[in-house]
Amino acid sequence: MPKTTSILMGGVGGQGIVLASKILAHVIQAHDFDLKISEIHGMAQRGGSVLTYIRFGEVVHSPLIEPGQADYVMASEKLEAWRWLPYLHSGGTMVCSTQEIKPVPVIMGLQKYPHNIEKAMQTMVAKGTLGKLYAINALAVARECGQPKAANVALIGVLAHCLQFPLASFEEALEAIVPARFLAANKKAFLAGYQYFTDI
Amino acid sequence: MKKLLSGNEAIARGAYEAGVHFAVAYPGTPSTEILEDVATYDEIDAQWSSNEKVALEVGIGAALAGSRVLVAMKHVGVNVATDPLMTFSYIGVNGGLVLVAADDPGMHSSQNEQDSRQYARFAKIPMLEPADSQEAKDFVQSALEISEEFDTPVMLKTSTRISHAQSLVSVRERADIAIRPYEKDMSKHVMMPAYARPRHVAVEERLEFLREYAEQTTLNRIEWRQKKIGVICAGICYQQVREALPDASVLKLGMCYPLPTKLLAEFAANVDQLYVVEELDPFMEEQIKVMGIEVQGKGLFPLTGEISPNLIAKKILGQPLTQSLAADMDSEAPVPARPPVLCPGCPHRSVFYTLHKQKMVVSGDIGCYTLGALQPLDAMDTCICMGASISTGLGFEKGNPALKGKVAAVIGDSTFFHSGMTGLADVVYNQGTTLTMVLDNRITAMTGHQHHPGTGSTLKGNPTVALDIGAICRALGVKRVREVDPYDLAALDAVIREEAAAPEPSVIIARRACALLDKSIKEVYVIDTERCISCGLCMKLGCPAIVKDNKTMSIDVSLCVGCGVCVQVCRSNAIVKAGDQDA
Ligand SMILES: Cc1ncc(C[n+]2csc(CCOP(=O)(O)OP(=O)(O)O)c2C)c(N)n1
Repeated sequence: MPKTTSILMGGVGGQGIVLASKILAHVIQAHDFDLKISEIHGMAQRGGSVLTYIRFGEVVHSPLIEPGQADYVMASEKLEAWRWLPYLHSGGTMVCSTQEIKPVPVIMGLQKYPHNIEKAMQTMVAKGTLGKLYAINALAVARECGQPKAANVALIGVLAHCLQFPLASFEEALEAIVPARFLAANKKAFLAGYQYFTDI
Repeated sequence: MKKLLSGNEAIARGAYEAGVHFAVAYPGTPSTEILEDVATYDEIDAQWSSNEKVALEVGIGAALAGSRVLVAMKHVGVNVATDPLMTFSYIGVNGGLVLVAADDPGMHSSQNEQDSRQYARFAKIPMLEPADSQEAKDFVQSALEISEEFDTPVMLKTSTRISHAQSLVSVRERADIAIRPYEKDMSKHVMMPAYARPRHVAVEERLEFLREYAEQTTLNRIEWRQKKIGVICAGICYQQVREALPDASVLKLGMCYPLPTKLLAEFAANVDQLYVVEELDPFMEEQIKVMGIEVQGKGLFPLTGEISPNLIAKKILGQPLTQSLAADMDSEAPVPARPPVLCPGCPHRSVFYTLHKQKMVVSGDIGCYTLGALQPLDAMDTCICMGASISTGLGFEKGNPALKGKVAAVIGDSTFFHSGMTGLADVVYNQGTTLTMVLDNRITAMTGHQHHPGTGSTLKGNPTVALDIGAICRALGVKRVREVDPYDLAALDAVIREEAAAPEPSVIIARRACALLDKSIKEVYVIDTERCISCGLCMKLGCPAIVKDNKTMSIDVSLCVGCGVCVQVCRSNAIVKAGDQDA
C-alpha cells in the first residue's frame, strides 16, 4: 500500500497555525494527493494548546495522527515541541521554534518550564531515536523579515525544505493564501526558513 | 478541481446544492460553522435562533410551510429540542427537513459525550452518518430526499472528527427546488389525542418502510476483502477501521438507523469473525445481537471517548500500529499542561475574583465564564447545562436555608436568552432571593462570537432589535436590577454585597464587551519593581499577562490589554501605566 505522510502541527492558541496548515494544504492539493486535515480548536482561542493533523498520500483514511506515527512534527513553541514529540515515529523529523510561551501553571509558579528541551532532543538525535532536529527562533527570523506574525511561515519554510515538493509550489501557495499587503514579508520569512539549514 | 472542505463546510455546501431554502441553528461546538457557512450563500435564508428548541420549531414551521430546511445543533442541543422533535416525528414534513446533530466523543469542547444515535431510535426517525466531507455534503441531499419520500424528519449525525476534519469534495451546482404549496391538514399537523393516535400508527408503519429502504439503499454497502475479519461500522469509525485493518471486509452503514437486518445477516454469514466498531454506546451492537447474530463490540472497545486505529489494531490484531516515542524521551519533569484560561482583559475575571473573595456559593453555567471555576479564581460550585444556573441557584436556597443570601447564579448573555429567562421567572414567582449575575459581554464568545437576540445583529449581518436584558428582568418582576462595569472592582464589590443581602430577587448586569472584540486601544501596564513587595495579590486574578518568576512578578506587555483591574488589586501602587514608569 502506498505510504501516507503524516505531519503534526502544534502551537499555542493565537499563534496562527491555521495559516501554516492552509499553505501546506494548498501545495499538497496542487500535487493531486488525497488529503485530510484535522483541527482541534475547541477552546484554543483562550491560550490553550492547538493541534492540527495533516495527512496526505494516495488514499487517506483516518484524519488522526497517533503517538509514534508522525513523519514530521512542526511546533511553533518549544514546550509544544516537547509535548508532541512522542507522536513522531522513531527516526522522524522535528521542526520547531525555540520561542517560549509560558503556560498558566508556569505563570502561576506552580510548575516549571522544562529548561533543557533542546538538549534532550539533541541527545535523542545522537541516539538515533529522533531522526532530524531543525530548531530555529522563528519569531526572531520573522521579526527580521518585518512581520513577527510570519513566524509560522518561517517554520513552513524549514519544513518545505524537508518535504519533496518544489519551491515554486510553496511560492504559489503563499501568493494564493497570504493577503497582498503581507505577502512580501511572508515570502521573505518563508525563504529565510527555507535557506536556514544547508544540510537538509 | 475538488475543494478542501471541513465536514461542516461540506454540510453547508450540501444544503446549498440540495436547494435548501431555510437554515436555522443555535451555535455549539462542533456544529457552529455549519450555519456560519450556510449564511454565506445568498440563496439560503439563515438565522441563529435563541436556543435549539426554538431553532427546531422555526425549522418545523418552515418545512410545513413548504421549504427545504436544515437545522443544526450540537449533541446536547438535541436535548433542548427533544420536545418538538418527538412529536414532529408524528407530524412529518412538507418540504424536507434535515436535523444535524454534532457529537463530541472525547469531549473536546462539551460537558458530556452522549450518543445522539439514541435520539433517532427514540423519535423513530432515520439517521445518516457520513464518514468524510464528501459524504457529509452528499448525505444532506440524501437526507432531504428520504425526508420527503417517507414524510419524516431525518437526522444527520457528525462527530468532531467529521465536522472539524477537512477532506476533498467534488461540488455541484444548486438544484432548483421550488417551495412546495402549503395546505392546511389538521389531522396531520394538530397533535391532540384523537389525531395523534393514528399518527403514531403511521410512524410505526413508516419505520417498517424505512427498514426495507435500508436494505436497498446505496448508503449502506459491503466492501468485500479478506473474509477472516468482518467489521460493521459507520461514520468516522469506518475510516479508523480502514486504517487499522486494510484487509478486513467491512459493512459500512451510511444509514445507522434503522439497521438493514438482511444485509447484516448476509455479512455476518460470510465472515469468520464479526466485529462492530462504534464510539460511545453499543447502539448497533445491541440491535444486531437482538437479531440473533453473534458479534463482538463493547466487550473489546470502551463505552467512553474516541476509538483510534491503534486501539482497533490492538484489540483485534493484538498489537497497535505504532509505538509512541515517549519511552525514548528522558523527560526529567512532567510536561506542563496548557489549559485554556480567561483572556487578558476578559470582563468575566473580576466578577469571579469578587465572588471568590465574598465566599459566595456560585451556581454556574456554560460559556467562557465556566473557566471562572479554575484556580486561582475558584468561584463556581456547579455547572450542568445551559440555563441551569438561575434555577439551580434557587434550588440551593430552597434546599438549605443556611445558604440563603449566599447564593449567586452566574449566566452569560447568550445563555440568558437561551434558557435563563424561565429560571428567573421561577425565582420571582417562588419568592426566592437569589442574586443573578448576567455577564453581558455582548456576544456568544465561547463558540467564536456569534450574534444573539441582545447584540442587535442577525446571522446574515443585518441590523435588528437588540433586546434589553435589564428591561426583560424588570418585566419578569425583578425590582432590583443594576448595571455595573466589571472593570470597576470597588463598584462591583459593593453592588454584589448589597444585592446578595437583599431579601428579594436581584439581578446585576456586568456589562463590558468581550476583550477579543474590544478594539479600543488602552495603555498597557507594567510592574514597578521598586514598589512591588511580591505579596502575590495580583496573582489571585489569574491573568495570563501577569507572570511569576521565582518570587518576582512582571507583566507581559505583549499580552496586557490595559483593563486596569490588577491596578485596583495592588495595595502597593506598584502597577503603573507603561508610559508613566520612571526608569
Ligand atoms: C444546549 C447547548 N447548546 C449549545 C452549547 C454550546 N455553548 C456552550 S456555552 C455557549 C454560549 C456561551 O455564550 P454566553 O452565555 O454569552 O457566554 P460567553 O461565552 O460569551 O462568556 C454555547 C453556545 C451547549 N453547551 N449546550
